Amino acid sequence: MDFISILSIFVLACFVGYYVVWSVTPALHTPLMAVTNAISSVIIVGALIASAAAGSAGSKWLGLAAVALASVNIFGGFAVTARMLAMYKKKDKPAPPAEKQA
Amino acid sequence: MTLQPMETSDLSVAADAVHAVNPWVALAYLAAGVLFILALRGLSSPATSQRGNRFGMAGMLIAVVTTLLTHLPVTKTGGCAWPADCGPGVHWFDGVTFGEILAAIALGGAVGWIIARRIAMTAMPQLVAAFHSLVGLAAVLVAVAAFLNPGAFGILGMDGNILTVSRVEMALGAAIGAITFSGSVIAFAKLNGNMSGKPILLPGRHLINLGTLVGIVALTGVFTVAANAGPGENNLFWIVLVLSFAIGFLLIIPIGGADMPVVVSMLNSYSGWAAAAMGFTLHNTAMIVTGALVGSSGAILSYIMCRAMNRSFISVIAGGFGADDAIAGGEAREQRPYKSGSAEDAAYMLEQAEKVIIIPGYGMAVAQAQHALREMADKLKAKGVEVKYAIHPVAGRMPGHMNVLLAEAQVPYDEVFELEDINSEFAQADVAFVIGANDVVNPAAKTDKSSPIYGMPVFDVGNAKQVFFIKRSMGGVGYAGVDNDVFYLDQTMMLLADAKKMVEDIVKNLD
Repeated sequence: MDFISILSIFVLACFVGYYVVWSVTPALHTPLMAVTNAISSVIIVGALIASAAAGSAGSKWLGLAAVALASVNIFGGFAVTARMLAMYKKKDKPAPPAEKQA
Repeated sequence: MTLQPMETSDLSVAADAVHAVNPWVALAYLAAGVLFILALRGLSSPATSQRGNRFGMAGMLIAVVTTLLTHLPVTKTGGCAWPADCGPGVHWFDGVTFGEILAAIALGGAVGWIIARRIAMTAMPQLVAAFHSLVGLAAVLVAVAAFLNPGAFGILGMDGNILTVSRVEMALGAAIGAITFSGSVIAFAKLNGNMSGKPILLPGRHLINLGTLVGIVALTGVFTVAANAGPGENNLFWIVLVLSFAIGFLLIIPIGGADMPVVVSMLNSYSGWAAAAMGFTLHNTAMIVTGALVGSSGAILSYIMCRAMNRSFISVIAGGFGADDAIAGGEAREQRPYKSGSAEDAAYMLEQAEKVIIIPGYGMAVAQAQHALREMADKLKAKGVEVKYAIHPVAGRMPGHMNVLLAEAQVPYDEVFELEDINSEFAQADVAFVIGANDVVNPAAKTDKSSPIYGMPVFDVGNAKQVFFIKRSMGGVGYAGVDNDVFYLDQTMMLLADAKKMVEDIVKNLD
């Protein structure tokens, strides 16, 4: 891919991000940060490539360290997001119109 | 955007030989990118959010497996996949082994998993800050690896130098990653209480910061056009890296605790841009799409937070807000009469009310009062009182902080309302119950042009028939360091105690 096609993907993805994120309900802004944090660990792709690079011990260990760091984030980020989202519950039933005490 | 041409036949760039990947691989990364978009899309409602999170996990799995499948075999030519397979004269450490990668993932994954299970919901802001720092550091490590071994990333030009455009991307990725790392470490220390939340103001800090930023940009420029830029060759890269670590640190230390929602969002955004920059280097769609998503997400959250405080992004980043509360509050601090009451009084009047609106703030999180609060609301609802929660966008230390805490206490999300949706209802409310909030109910934001919070949208609690204000003591002021006229209103009753203790006492008196 040449630079211009990559740039096109990037710019279009920024717009997608813009519209998608505005549609996120403010009540879920904390989970949004946790999940964006988890997915930004896609940097692990670069870490894996660095660690798999032939003939460079330096690159390998840097890569492996980055793989471990990104893994903390991937597992931690998705798990904590799941934990938070599981807590958001609707009302079980509409509140009964109880009699007002005098 | 999903219909990018897949041709990778442009051989005018030498590096494209390496990037000329199998179209299936490109498609897999594209699928991962789309799944990440769906993950964020799911957050538009709590009902779809859990499925969205699973989309995100699936996207990550696809990205990781695809990379492993396409890149691991390469190492077999340089080294050997397992130590046992190594022939004579071949060192297993020439290339990485599958086992080592799995070990790194398992180690990091286990740490992340355990932290995620154990962390208290009130500690979410510092956890997110800590996680941001890891993404930043990972980006730095990847950028350094690319600098030292550009051949592996397919960014080594024919002339033995790293490709010019890749140098920009790499230096940017390293710089943004470093800023994310050091900035997040400071944000974590402030949020976690390892460091005072008060702004730390260095003399001449604006000049230092500006100079460092200009230095980073200028040196990146020089590095980009330098004649010597072979693998690991040009020291400018390291200088840019060191300066970036320094600026992340310098930028965040003057920013006070209550501005942290903006800072955490901003660092969230940076971690995305760092991933995107590395995606450019690697020509990887999944990284570029994700980086753009995360970058825009953090930027939008920063914008929302700034708007909710009526402050410009620049003024937040310049820092120092809330440093001089002694001066701001000093003159107005003559004793004014206020009414205070007991839990018993409050319980009695809450029982009589028809509609109660609760306004939680950071003080509720500090006191861990959310469970007691929900218990109080349950008791009131059982007595036929209508209870609603009103959340200000900047309540707490990160966007949506209060919502998570209330969800943790099993408050149904359809009882929780945003500022603009509920503000008009205070006129019909019998009680506005302020717990651990202060600046977000301060009418000075509307009336006093000289107030540091002037223009910030606030709850009109003064319209309610009664205001109950839980506060530790009359001495402390809100974060902005300004006195609050609500304390002295006729209909206000100050409940001076620890928030959790006070609510528990009210609950006891409701029986």
